[in-house]
Amino acid sequence: MSTPSSAPRPFRRQEFDFWSFFFSGLTGLSTLFILLILAVILGNIFYHGWEGLSWNFVTSGTERDMFDLESAGVLPMIVGTSARVILMTILVVPVGVITAIYLTEYARSGSLATRFIRGAINNLAGVPSIVFGLFGLGFFIAFVGVGMDRILGYESAHWGKPALLWAAATLAVMTLPVVIVATEESLRAIAPGLREASLSMGATKLQTVAHIVLPQALPGILTGAILAISRAAGEVAPILFTGAAYYMATMPKSLSDQFMDLGYHVFVLSTQSPNIDQTRPLLYATVLVLLLLTFALNFVAILLRARLRRKLRAAH
Amino acid sequence: MIQAPNSQIKLHDLRPGAPPVDPDAHPPVIEVDNLSLWYGEAAALKHITFPIREKLVTAFIGPSGCGKSTLLRCFNRMNDLIDDVRIEGRVCIHGHNLYGGDVDVIELRKRVGMVFQKSNPFPKSIFENIAYGLRLHGVRARSDLESIIEQSLRQAALWDEVKDRLHESALGLSGGQQQRLCIARSIAIKPEIILMDEPASALDPLATARIEDLILDLKRQFTIVIVTHNMQQAARISDYTAFFYLGELVEYDTTGKIFTNPSRKQTEDYVTGRFG
Repeated sequence: MSTPSSAPRPFRRQEFDFWSFFFSGLTGLSTLFILLILAVILGNIFYHGWEGLSWNFVTSGTERDMFDLESAGVLPMIVGTSARVILMTILVVPVGVITAIYLTEYARSGSLATRFIRGAINNLAGVPSIVFGLFGLGFFIAFVGVGMDRILGYESAHWGKPALLWAAATLAVMTLPVVIVATEESLRAIAPGLREASLSMGATKLQTVAHIVLPQALPGILTGAILAISRAAGEVAPILFTGAAYYMATMPKSLSDQFMDLGYHVFVLSTQSPNIDQTRPLLYATVLVLLLLTFALNFVAILLRARLRRKLRAAH
Repeated sequence: MIQAPNSQIKLHDLRPGAPPVDPDAHPPVIEVDNLSLWYGEAAALKHITFPIREKLVTAFIGPSGCGKSTLLRCFNRMNDLIDDVRIEGRVCIHGHNLYGGDVDVIELRKRVGMVFQKSNPFPKSIFENIAYGLRLHGVRARSDLESIIEQSLRQAALWDEVKDRLHESALGLSGGQQQRLCIARSIAIKPEIILMDEPASALDPLATARIEDLILDLKRQFTIVIVTHNMQQAARISDYTAFFYLGELVEYDTTGKIFTNPSRKQTEDYVTGRFG
C-alpha cells in the first residue's frame, strides 16, 4: 500500500472552472453576434435588392421618374462614384506614401517635429467626415477653385464650384491617415539590414528607398489603398458640398463637372421620395449596387496586391 | 594604455606553415588617431589610436559592448545613420581624414565594403544582388555585369554552387551561402578595405570554416578588418589583433603576441577565457 506522500499529484482538473468557461463563452458569443449583424445587413440587402437588379437598371439614367424602379437607373451614379474613388486613389496614394517615407526613412524618430506630425495625422483620422466636407468647400472650392478661375480668367465659376476633382481631393485628405499608417507599418517591417547593406555599398538614401525599400513595401501600400477605397466609396458627407449633384441630365465629362453619386442617391431616394412604398425596391437595389461596386473596387486592389506578393516571393 | 606595435617582434605564428608577417611590407592604410565617440552622453570609444595595415587581417576582440563594432562602423561612416552620435579625433585612410568635412561618403563606402553579422541579401535574384552595387557605380553593359558577377562569385567560392541558378532568389540559399553572397556582393565593387562584423557568428562550424578560408584568400587582395567574438577564429585568421574593453583599446599587437604573450594582464585574462 502506498503512502499518500508518494502518490503522484493528480493534474486532471477536479472541479468545473466557471470563469474560464464564462470567458471563452463570452468571447465566442461576441464574435457570433458581430457575424450575425453582418449577415442580417447583407442578407436583407441582397434579398430585397436582388429582384430590383436588371440590365436596364445598371445601364440607364434617371431621365424619366427618379423614384420609380420601372423607369429609373443608376448608371450615372456608378460612373460618378467610380470616378471619384479612382481619382481619390490617384491623389492620396502618392502623397500618403511620400509622407510615410519621410516619417520612417528621413525624419529623426522621436524628434519634436516628427511627434507633432504623427499627432496631426492621428487627429486628422479622428475628424468627422462632414467637417472634411466643409473644409473641402472652404479650401478647395472657395480658395483654390476661385483662385484658379481668377488666374485662368474664367468669367463665370468654372473651378470655383462643386466638381469631381474637389470631391476626390476632399476624400483624399480624409483617407490620407489610413494610407500613411499602412505604408509606415510596411516600411517599418522591412529588415534594417537591407537598408544598411544598400547604403554600405555606396547607394544614396534615395537609391536605397527607390530600389530596395519601396518594392518591398508595395503590398503594404496597396493595403493602405484598399482601406482608403473601402472608407471613401460609401462616404457621402465629404462630397455633399464639394461635388455630388441631386440630378444631372448628362454624365460628368471633365474634372470640373459635378456628378451623381450612389451614396448620395441613396440619401435622396430615402428622404425625397413622394411615395415611399413605390421607391423602396429601387432603394434596395441602389444600396446593393453601392455594396457591389465597393466590393469590386476593393477586389481589383486585392488582386493587384496578390500579384505583387507573388512577384516579390519569386524575387526577380 | 596604448601599445605601439613592435616591429621587432617575430610573429608567433598560430597558423602552421604561414610565413611571418613583415610589417614594413604592409604600410598602414587606416590610421585611427585619438578617436572618441559618444552615443548621446554615453562614451562608446575613448581616445583610440592605432594603425590598420594593408593587405592583412586585423581582428577586433573584446566582450560585448566594448565598442569594437562601433569602431568598425567608423571606417565607412555607417554611424552617420544613428541619431545623436558625436565623434572627436581622426580616422584617416591613406592620410585623408574621414571626419574632415570634405568626404564623399558614397565614394568612401565604395572603397570600404562591409559584411554584416546577419547575412542580408536583397530579396532579389543572386545575379541582381551583385548587379545592384555594380549598377550604382556605373557598370551597365550586360556582358560587363556578367563577367564581374562570375568573377566575384568565384572569388567568394560560391560560383560552383550557384552558377546554374543565378536568376533564382538569393533567399533560397543556405545561411553560409547567403553570407558568401554578401561577401561576393561587396568585393564586386572592388573596395580596398572590407569590414566584417562577426561574419560567421550565425553560421555552423563547416560554413564558418569556409568563410575563414575565404578571408585568408581575400587578404592577398584586400585589407580586412574583422570583429569577432570567437577567440579561436581571431587566432586562426588574423595577423594583428586589437583587444577592446569598455570603449578603450587595451592592447594592439601581432596576433601571435596577443594570444601567447600579451603585455597586459587584462588581455591575458580575456584571451585565456578568465573573463568576458
